[in-house]
Amino acid sequence: MAIIHVDGKQYEVDGGDNLLHACLSLGLDIPYFCWHPELGSVGACRQCAVKAYRDANDKQGRIVMSCMTPSTDGTYISIGDEESKAFRASVVEWLMTNHPHDCPVCEEGGHCHLQDMTVMTGHATRRYRFTKRTHQNQYLGPFINHEMNRCISCYRCTRYYKDYAGGTDLGVYGTASNVYFGRETDGILESEFSGNLTEVCPTGVFTDKTHGDRYNRKWDMQFAPSICQGCAVGCNTSPGERYGEIRRIENRYNGAVNHYFLCDRGRFGYGFVNRKDRPRQPLVKRDGSFVALPPDEAVLHAANLLKSAKRVIGIGSPRASLEANFALRTLVGAENFFDGHSAAEGKLVQKAAKILSEGHVRIPSLRVIEQADAAFVLGEDVTNTAPRIALALRQTARGRQTTLARDKHIAEWQAAALADIGQHEKNPLYVASVDATRIDDIAAQTYRAAPEDIARLGFAVAHAIDATAPAVSGLDEASTALVKTIADGLLAADKPLVVSGTGTGLESVIDAAANVVRALQAKGKHVELSLVVPEVNSMGLALMQAAGLDQALEALKSGAADAVVVVENDLYRRAGKALVDAALKNAKVVVADHQMTDTAQQAEVVLSAASFAEGDGTVVNNEGRAQRYFQVYDATYYDPKVTIREAWYWLNDLRAQYSNVASEWKHFDDVSIACEQALPQLNGMVKAAPNAQFRMHGLKVAREPHRYSGRTAMRANISVHEPRASQDADTALAFSMEGHHGTEAGDRPSALIPFAWAPGWNSPQSWNKFQDEVGGHLRGGDAGVRLFEPQAHAAVKTYFDAIPAAFTAKAGEWRTVNLHHIFGGEELSARAAPVAERAPKPYVGLNPADADSLGIGANMLIDVALAGSAVRLPLRLLPTLPRGTVGLPLGVEGMAYAEAGATIKLSRVNAA
Amino acid sequence: MLRTGPLHAARAAMITWFSNHPEVVDAIIASLKALVLLFGSVIVAAMLIWVERRLLGVWQDRYGPNRVGPFGLGQVVADMIKIFFKEDWMPPFVDKPAFLIAPLVAMTTMMMAFVLVPVAPGWNVAGDLNIGVLLFFALAGLAVYAVMLGGWSSNSKYALLGGLRSAAQMLSYEVFMGVALMGVVMETGSFAVNDIIAYQGAHHWFILTQFFGFCTFALAAVATTHRHPFDLPEAEQELAAGYHTEYSGMKFGMFFVAEYVGVVVVSGLLTTLYFGGWHGPGAESHAWLGFIYFFIKTFIFIMLFILLRGALPRPRYDQVMAGGWKFCLPLALVNMLVTGAVILANQGG
Amino acid sequence: MKDFFAKLVAIFIGIYTNLRSMVMVASHTFRKRDTIQYPEVKPYVPPRYRGRIVLTRDPDGEERCVACNLCAAACPVGCISLQKAEQDDGRWYPEFFRINFSRCIFCGLCEEACPTNAIQLTPDFELGEYRRQDLVYEKEHLLISGTGKYPDYNFYRIAGLSIAGKPKGAAKNEAKPVDVKSLLP
Repeated sequence: MAIIHVDGKQYEVDGGDNLLHACLSLGLDIPYFCWHPELGSVGACRQCAVKAYRDANDKQGRIVMSCMTPSTDGTYISIGDEESKAFRASVVEWLMTNHPHDCPVCEEGGHCHLQDMTVMTGHATRRYRFTKRTHQNQYLGPFINHEMNRCISCYRCTRYYKDYAGGTDLGVYGTASNVYFGRETDGILESEFSGNLTEVCPTGVFTDKTHGDRYNRKWDMQFAPSICQGCAVGCNTSPGERYGEIRRIENRYNGAVNHYFLCDRGRFGYGFVNRKDRPRQPLVKRDGSFVALPPDEAVLHAANLLKSAKRVIGIGSPRASLEANFALRTLVGAENFFDGHSAAEGKLVQKAAKILSEGHVRIPSLRVIEQADAAFVLGEDVTNTAPRIALALRQTARGRQTTLARDKHIAEWQAAALADIGQHEKNPLYVASVDATRIDDIAAQTYRAAPEDIARLGFAVAHAIDATAPAVSGLDEASTALVKTIADGLLAADKPLVVSGTGTGLESVIDAAANVVRALQAKGKHVELSLVVPEVNSMGLALMQAAGLDQALEALKSGAADAVVVVENDLYRRAGKALVDAALKNAKVVVADHQMTDTAQQAEVVLSAASFAEGDGTVVNNEGRAQRYFQVYDATYYDPKVTIREAWYWLNDLRAQYSNVASEWKHFDDVSIACEQALPQLNGMVKAAPNAQFRMHGLKVAREPHRYSGRTAMRANISVHEPRASQDADTALAFSMEGHHGTEAGDRPSALIPFAWAPGWNSPQSWNKFQDEVGGHLRGGDAGVRLFEPQAHAAVKTYFDAIPAAFTAKAGEWRTVNLHHIFGGEELSARAAPVAERAPKPYVGLNPADADSLGIGANMLIDVALAGSAVRLPLRLLPTLPRGTVGLPLGVEGMAYAEAGATIKLSRVNAA
Repeated sequence: MLRTGPLHAARAAMITWFSNHPEVVDAIIASLKALVLLFGSVIVAAMLIWVERRLLGVWQDRYGPNRVGPFGLGQVVADMIKIFFKEDWMPPFVDKPAFLIAPLVAMTTMMMAFVLVPVAPGWNVAGDLNIGVLLFFALAGLAVYAVMLGGWSSNSKYALLGGLRSAAQMLSYEVFMGVALMGVVMETGSFAVNDIIAYQGAHHWFILTQFFGFCTFALAAVATTHRHPFDLPEAEQELAAGYHTEYSGMKFGMFFVAEYVGVVVVSGLLTTLYFGGWHGPGAESHAWLGFIYFFIKTFIFIMLFILLRGALPRPRYDQVMAGGWKFCLPLALVNMLVTGAVILANQGG
Repeated sequence: MKDFFAKLVAIFIGIYTNLRSMVMVASHTFRKRDTIQYPEVKPYVPPRYRGRIVLTRDPDGEERCVACNLCAAACPVGCISLQKAEQDDGRWYPEFFRINFSRCIFCGLCEEACPTNAIQLTPDFELGEYRRQDLVYEKEHLLISGTGKYPDYNFYRIAGLSIAGKPKGAAKNEAKPVDVKSLLP
């Protein structure tokens, strides 16, 4: 604690921070550019100058950069001092000498930190009469637009991209005022986290290209607090809507989860919401093609269809909310409700849920992952299955700098000093994976092997840590040495971390990870276990403990059940085509989904369900955090024909008709509460966000910024007679600019912040105003509720002991392994055009040596026998793939369903 | 065409019967006259809408309504069509019977007051009524009910305040209105309007001897009709539209027309009581000339009413009350005393 | 007694001023009318009168509007809505531009906000329609072929954004693009 004096007032601050950090945390405005809470201080831009005084009697003072000055006890500074104000005005004027006359045609305009800071410092007129330096732009791929003229050389982009995110292909070139931030040559930015450049860059050098085509200003968008649907991490997002389309995803700060950064899948993968081929009205099949019906008729039709069946089953979905899955479970009954994961995946996810929910292990949030000082990644390709965890793991490795600096009494915000001290020293990160991963560059040790061998490595590490853990026999010498290194590294750490998950498709990998954690717990270590699950609500669905999909398909195939209700799920991604075809062939199929999937095509009735943008829902992320996403916009407002409703709403209507019961759920809160009451393991989910009755100062929270424009014209082409603004009976948010906008402390729940804005702060930097401390937690507490917390001293003493046999390659037979892809590997984001552009085409991956043995080379076609059907795919040579395995890209558009761990045959295609 | 016997006989019988009962003939003729007067007054009142707008326009350097028909006269028709076809909406929170009765009371009391006004020799309904001008006071007193009922039954605070103000204002002004007129009655020695006119024809117009009485009566008359500057019951700035805030359509129209009927009646009374009524050169022999004199005199007063509206600001409510009780009432009393003294002195001499 | 006379005087003065007002007002009967008999007599409307809104073109005949949305943001009644799109040459333009004149209050804030002088108010005030829907103007109703009040201004000659025919460094006050590979200071 330290007392600082700012403009004659006393404040109590944490003396370890710099002055800029301290003042911003106090709510005092100091303009800045190069500083960022996650990137630290480098003192490059000179914008945050303030006057510092020796003591209370010093009238002269001197100008210092607040970001480079510690807030030690007894600091006297002045922000409002005339000399420092003039200094700051000069600095921004210099920065603006080369800034182009672009604001009207700049995608950053309206949420631009440079605009905000220029206004804050009072610079309005360009006095510099000479020429502006210009730059050529580069093509940086489908996500990011580059406009170098706008650069103010703050170096935030490279500091983020290279230092923070570990990218290698964005650099700084040139000298003096000619410096250029870009790639060596035009080309796609390689980092999976390049999208954050749009928010890190204080001006419009890097902007969101996916938004550019259908651009609109931030103030014109309707936002809602939302949860990314791309993976199980559950990053908080702010999707923005205009004219009935989602236009952009912005990061929504959550101090425990994603804080300032998202991955590119999450940021750019929203396009599926806007697809023209979405069912926007309930569809009923007539003579082989779909006909749109009014909602009541469609529901009646579906109810009659189900009534005519002797047994109706329901298949849930890991990409549907808890409420949607619960509504289905209520409709068909718990015994007829089945898990929507593929059968194999479902087992793994339930296993992961069991390990985490028992309360024996600590489960890290992303923030905690970043603070670990050693990590063991067992089998999971986190960059592709849960990308944001990979970015967090980079901070784990980088944390070594902070430790070293602390020993030398250097504050951790001294970014340049930290980099100098750290050099190439990193916290140990051990990566065991099937194929090379994108975090291998920061790994102390890597191990590439078939999933069975990875599991064996994990078991062996557990044994090496704690001898009571089951031992693994038959390890080779290199592996034994590696096991010892890993065990020693984890034991030497204060806060070791184990990351694993369902990605390999092998249950014993999860067992092994759990063993390592238990062994470390036995040694008294403060260890965390992060288990990655496949989809946004995989954990939530697993907690519902439904029977596996194989049983559902079997029941349909055998005729034991003759009608099925599928909610937001494409069964063709979950099981072989032949099996699904056979199951659906004789069944009456009702699908509620927001995408026209292959399964929906087979349905008699398709109920136009809401995506995350049109409905509310609760999802549980991989750490067991229940989080609420809110409806962003009302699609009916722009087109009265559109009938998009949440799946639970459709199913509730359907249930009323089907079971002849009065519909008991009127609003979202009703179904949410019913779900929690029916399923005690979900206890707490209702508290993920305040209910619909919540008000701030008697007001709902506004979804639209109060400068929202065009309210009386946007719909005037349909009718000049304006309807009443859409009403939201389900939540405490309003479809309007009217409502609460404030940032004030205390009672504003973080789950109800649709977008970041504060007076004078239009850019994402305005999150400053919502945080208890800049870069810390939100004032209302970080959003979301953890459904399971570790209980102290509850470590289990037993170990898993199902150690698999070592994998051995057999001639002519190949073990399938999953290859994950951040772009294209996930169903929904793959339906967004920019992501599809980055997605791989279907392929089979083989080790070059294996390819040689088959006598084929890269890109040549191979016949693959998959789940009973033969497909022909091009070959991709993967030098790091273990011999005897064949890598199949999981879930990529055009790939047939393939089960990991199966044994298949490959044959070269003979030239016809 | 042949005259058929029975019809012819019936006609002859009727003529015989009527010549035997002249009082019935008189009654029929009086009724017809009354009807003519009634419709005439309503039509004139309606025309006043146009007159007022034109005159206000003229005094504000504008033209006023001049588009519909010749000189914009069709504006009256257009306004009437509009108000007749307007939705006659009754708010759900009003007291229905009272809400309905109020405009009727306003209209009828003002129209009934017209019975007192002889527009030409022999052309009035109750000119010989022995209570004469007292009837006018009675009706003016009744008119308060229209405003009070309208204000109270509307269940709206603006209307209620307007009604309250109106009640107080009317009560205050009626007191000295009666006193002011007593000078005229004392000089004439009769309440009957025809006597008053005859006295003026024989002697002098009362404006000469009853100037102060005229002044106070005129003020009270303006107040009775809620005309500017005594329109506090419906002061827009404070009370929206006062007691008729909640009224719309024809019910509002009745209040509106009642106000103009009031203007006509009061102007007619002023003419009758102080300016010799229909008297003028040659009026005794030619009734139509009398009517023209009456019309011109009355119209000048009507114009004066409109000029008041165009020229004067609205006093505060307390100023209105103070002016009534502290100025007009003493003035009227003094006027009555002096008149009485002069009459006594004359009789004594 | 003194008070009484003072009051009396005040009353007489009051009566006099009231009467004087009436005479003064009545005297207006003989003044010249200020009314302009509109449909027969057209009033003089100054060139900067704020009437019907138009979208103008730059001196080269291209659309001036760059769909920056500032007019819409400035509009106090929210009667302007538009959508940005981009031409092949890199120019921004409004895909649609809609003004709901049944809401417009002709305050002119859109014109003040416009950074490219595209949106301008004209002296045409005769916008009456029998159907309200006809008061919704789309881009084809708004876009004129001239430059309006600012004959010379062309935003793209000043802006840093490159468009076809104007590469980087070709705008007003711009230096040639930097050669990043050069080490010269």
